[in-house]
Amino acid sequence: MNRWIAFWNILLKDMKGYYLKPPNISWGLVFPLAWTAMFFIRSGSGLEEAIEVLPGVMAISVLFGTTSMLAVTVTFEKKNRSFERLLLAPISLEMLMISKTSGAILFGLVNAFVPVIPAAFLTDLSQVDWATVIPAVLMIAIVSTFLGLFIAVSVSEVFEAQTFSNFFRFPMIFLCGLFFPVLSLPVILQPLAFALPLTYGVDILHGAIHGQHILPLWLDFLIIAAFCLVLFYISLKNIHRKWIL
Amino acid sequence: MQEQVKNEKNKVPSKTDEGDKLIQVSDLAKRFEDVQAVNGISFHVNRGELFGFLGPNGAGKTTTINMLTGLARPDSGKIRIAGLDCSANPKAAQHLIGVVPDESNLYPELSGYDNLCFCASLYGIGKKERQKRAENLLEQFGLQQAANRNFSGYSKGMKRKLTIAAGIIHQPKILFLDEPTTGIDVASARQIRQLIREMYQAGTTIFLTTHYIEEAERLCDRIAFIVNGRIVQDETVANLLQPLQELKVLLITITHDINNLSGKLAEAFPEYNFRKASRQQLRVESDQTISIGPVVRFIEEQGAEVTEARQIKPSLEEVFVEVTGIETDVMKKEKNGGQT
Repeated sequence: MNRWIAFWNILLKDMKGYYLKPPNISWGLVFPLAWTAMFFIRSGSGLEEAIEVLPGVMAISVLFGTTSMLAVTVTFEKKNRSFERLLLAPISLEMLMISKTSGAILFGLVNAFVPVIPAAFLTDLSQVDWATVIPAVLMIAIVSTFLGLFIAVSVSEVFEAQTFSNFFRFPMIFLCGLFFPVLSLPVILQPLAFALPLTYGVDILHGAIHGQHILPLWLDFLIIAAFCLVLFYISLKNIHRKWIL
Repeated sequence: MQEQVKNEKNKVPSKTDEGDKLIQVSDLAKRFEDVQAVNGISFHVNRGELFGFLGPNGAGKTTTINMLTGLARPDSGKIRIAGLDCSANPKAAQHLIGVVPDESNLYPELSGYDNLCFCASLYGIGKKERQKRAENLLEQFGLQQAANRNFSGYSKGMKRKLTIAAGIIHQPKILFLDEPTTGIDVASARQIRQLIREMYQAGTTIFLTTHYIEEAERLCDRIAFIVNGRIVQDETVANLLQPLQELKVLLITITHDINNLSGKLAEAFPEYNFRKASRQQLRVESDQTISIGPVVRFIEEQGAEVTEARQIKPSLEEVFVEVTGIETDVMKKEKNGGQT
């Protein structure tokens, strides 16, 4: 049996059914732009400073885009039992969940680059190391999607997924170095900041966009990859434990 | 058509060779917290057989199906499907099976046609082939007119038909049908039963659970009754009905509660067996011909009015009631109440 046919069609169905729906396209465009405007107004700086807020806006766009969509879509399919169809298909659970999450990862990638378009008109982006930005955004999209998956398999109702997502997302915004540099946070909060996957993604983006970062970039990548593996592994364990009773 | 199918069914020899056992289950058990849902059951299903799995709500039917199809893990016991060990690897035989769950679970936002194509793709079927199969199934199930309509807009009967079509689009060797006709209109139920017969005649092995005893009697080769997680009877329909061939049954409907009447009737007519069928219905059973007149007169002498007295043909329902101790009406009411 050609398992890639199943993989591709699950991805395609999710793209058509969820991510390419007009409300979600507009969410994917409007949300990052709103974040850009908000950060920019708050910083009170000139247009040339737009590059300062770009890493944070990109990271938040990915985080919200992926976790919102995946946590809700998987929970919805579990609730109406259509997810059982996927569990009955002769493909491994690992492959099934990678295909379910691929759509959200792609959605996150597109979301991340929405703020780059206005930024390109407002400021000079020639100093940006795109060869680092692109894999960094990809890693942020993957880790955020897997966080969404972790949330989706931990709850049973769509509203619980929303609440639980915010429980993770809002502290992350304040602690991962978007508003305030991690090292200027109170000492008691710094360990918490380093326990969050987004902190490392934002650190890479800061490094690649305006050259300031806390950790070596290879270490940031390594830690995000470890978060991805752990979140995916826990999610699969939870699916086995809670959904395949 | 029904008679033709029954005659053909009777021609099927009893298949007991190991090689003919497509599903083999031994000592299967499953517990949910303090409830023993399935309690060490063993049975087999032969190749090409239509096997009925009957029992009241909470008896363990769906849990058994879930374990057989890989949606639940057994606590203990062995499952072999087509010789593959599914207790060790629940995914081992998923390419061989089709599942129609008790509730239609297709994608509400997709059309009927897209749902079928998507389900086929999950089994690695290429684009042209799945389109062809989807078109054929929509035609076979009489759903061509609704092919491009979203599944959410389908009626209950249409939803059941499309769910069955989705369950067979990959042409499985074994089809699990969980309550296929529950909660749908009579015409759709008849159509679905006809489709089940056609699949059976085409050689598909079918594992059917249903609340409707008469449906199981009409369709199945062999039936297992499950109660409280245990199989209490596993026999061919012909063998189950054999002891009833000589039994005569009279059903009497009266205007009063029959509570005090059964004892008096038993004294007056010791050759008959009297049983309360419902609050105002009395069953009279005997292996001799039942004389309706004296019984009706006796009842009326007791001050009750008889509104109906009719002889009924004993069916599998009698066997079910005898074996499980559960009235079939109770079972149907439970299901209509939405319990599972």
